[in-house]
Amino acid sequence: MTEYIVLSAILFTIGSIGVLTRRNAIVVFMCVELMLNACNLAFIAFARQHGNLDGQIAAFFVMVVAAAEVVVGLAIIMTIFRTRRSASVDDVSLLKF
Amino acid sequence: MEFVKPELEYAELLPLLIVFGGACLGVALEAILPRGTRRLPQVGLALVTVVAALVATVVVGVNLDEHAGAAGGEGRGLVGAMGSIVVDGPTVYLWGLLLVFALGGIALFGEQRLEGGVSAFTGQAAALPGTEGEREASTRGLEHTEVYPLLLFAVFGMLLFPASGDLLTMFVALEVLSLPLYLLCGLARRRRLLSQEAAMKYFLLGAFASGFFLYGAALVYGYAGSVSFAGINEAVRAGSANHGLLLAGIGLLAVGLLFKVGAAPFQAWTPDVYQGAPTAVTAFMAAGTKVAAFGALLRLLYVAFGGERWSWQPMLWVIAIASMLLGAILAIVQNDVKRMLAYSSVAHTGFILVGVLGVQSAGELADGQYTSLEGVLFYLTTYGFAMIGAFAIVTLVRDAGGEATAYDRWAGLGRTSPLVAGAFAFFLLSMAGIPLTAGFIGKWAVFTSALSAGAWPVVLVAIACSILAITFYVRHIRLMFFTEPSQDGAGVVTRSSLLTSGTIVVCLAATLVLGVVPGPVLDLVTGAGDFIR
Repeated sequence: MTEYIVLSAILFTIGSIGVLTRRNAIVVFMCVELMLNACNLAFIAFARQHGNLDGQIAAFFVMVVAAAEVVVGLAIIMTIFRTRRSASVDDVSLLKF
Repeated sequence: MEFVKPELEYAELLPLLIVFGGACLGVALEAILPRGTRRLPQVGLALVTVVAALVATVVVGVNLDEHAGAAGGEGRGLVGAMGSIVVDGPTVYLWGLLLVFALGGIALFGEQRLEGGVSAFTGQAAALPGTEGEREASTRGLEHTEVYPLLLFAVFGMLLFPASGDLLTMFVALEVLSLPLYLLCGLARRRRLLSQEAAMKYFLLGAFASGFFLYGAALVYGYAGSVSFAGINEAVRAGSANHGLLLAGIGLLAVGLLFKVGAAPFQAWTPDVYQGAPTAVTAFMAAGTKVAAFGALLRLLYVAFGGERWSWQPMLWVIAIASMLLGAILAIVQNDVKRMLAYSSVAHTGFILVGVLGVQSAGELADGQYTSLEGVLFYLTTYGFAMIGAFAIVTLVRDAGGEATAYDRWAGLGRTSPLVAGAFAFFLLSMAGIPLTAGFIGKWAVFTSALSAGAWPVVLVAIACSILAITFYVRHIRLMFFTEPSQDGAGVVTRSSLLTSGTIVVCLAATLVLGVVPGPVLDLVTGAGDFIR
């Protein structure tokens, strides 16, 4: 049981470190998806532990939400890429203090 | 395993269903109507939807007494949709507030006179900035009428967010309110690069934060064995071996919600997004998101984690103090009106968090004192009206390049347009918390509520920050009234249609009335009662 939670924690950490360190918006976004999937793993593992379905249902909803997020996110990243010919998060720096 | 047919309380969930239905109908209109004729039906549909939902909300609120004591405890209301949506006093109040702000949002979205006959949204989002395609779209007067269904979907998410009765519904509501806003942020007609950049920053950071929220939800589910707030509450009060799991879960959930309300240290997106997004979107988002997210934060902390009060309170102390200091100090050094308002909204988040730290139950209070829920609800009301009004005025001040948001364009505005500058000054004074404005009563309510809970160090910092905040508000007022207009062209107040000016007048009236005779609304807030558990 604990192994799955530890694995999901590791995946979540990899994802969040990726978001903070990677420079390509697409890769950053993929790291966010990795975080969501780590959540799914934790939900499923806990559902198994508690013996109820709440966690499994949550995992389905998370998948749907993640899919919707991909649609919106890729649309935004695509417009930026077409405008600037780059998907680097360092290049979008017009708005700053 | 046996499956039970779900039962929905259609009468009580009607406001939600109306808004969702209106949004879906709006999408269908996009497909049916030819391009040139869509605007009027879309604006009309959005207005009718929100007004109908408002009427339904009032009806639900009036009939709420029928459900008194249904779920046990002091609160009135019911737990509907198989436990996933809670309709109680605070929910109904927040619904009403959100729908009123949505009306303001629709009015600002529909404004066409300021841009010379087209809306503030880009004619064709897919056309690249500075290309032939963009010029063609603007000469043909194209418009994205999808913004109205998007707004309605965002409103639906906002309505669901504070009403959610379990962590899963709360997560879905969080995404339903966020995704349309990400898109709306990127649709400005002018300064499209800034707008797209704002959308991307908001999206990436928002998705990151909702990842934290979700992992927190998973950990709390692991601790409690249930995602419903009632179940979590029971598990928390019963106690269990894995206390670390619960603490980590509360922390991660709080990160997700505090990001949405824009509290320091999760405020980094606020100024960029507020500045880059079309101002109408900023106005709607600044008011609506904050109201919805604070409602959700209160329900989560009070209902689900009420038994763990001593675990999350120190964290909120630090975050409240950090938000107030950071917002107030960074607002002083800004030279752009929208950024200044954004940083001031970070400071306001801190002030509202002070209220969250207050006394939770009315039983522990003397007469004339407010519980933290009442204080926060009232503060959100005053804050929302002042923000929408202020951003609506920002849309009016323009030069050749569109909205003129730099400080030097605002210099001397009070001499050329004393009325508009005066209205803006009034909103700023309300945000600063000067007596006889709504902001003063709001600050009074949250500070006294926190004081009676013994959080006096936070209240001291809050008062110091209020004084600090007065400096930049007053500096801006001085800039408008007592500074010579700059040589290289000052901003001019453009005549708007009734949509924008009407919104400003309503917000002005609300800010004034709430400041002079706050009694009725305070009674309403007090009458809303407590969350049901």
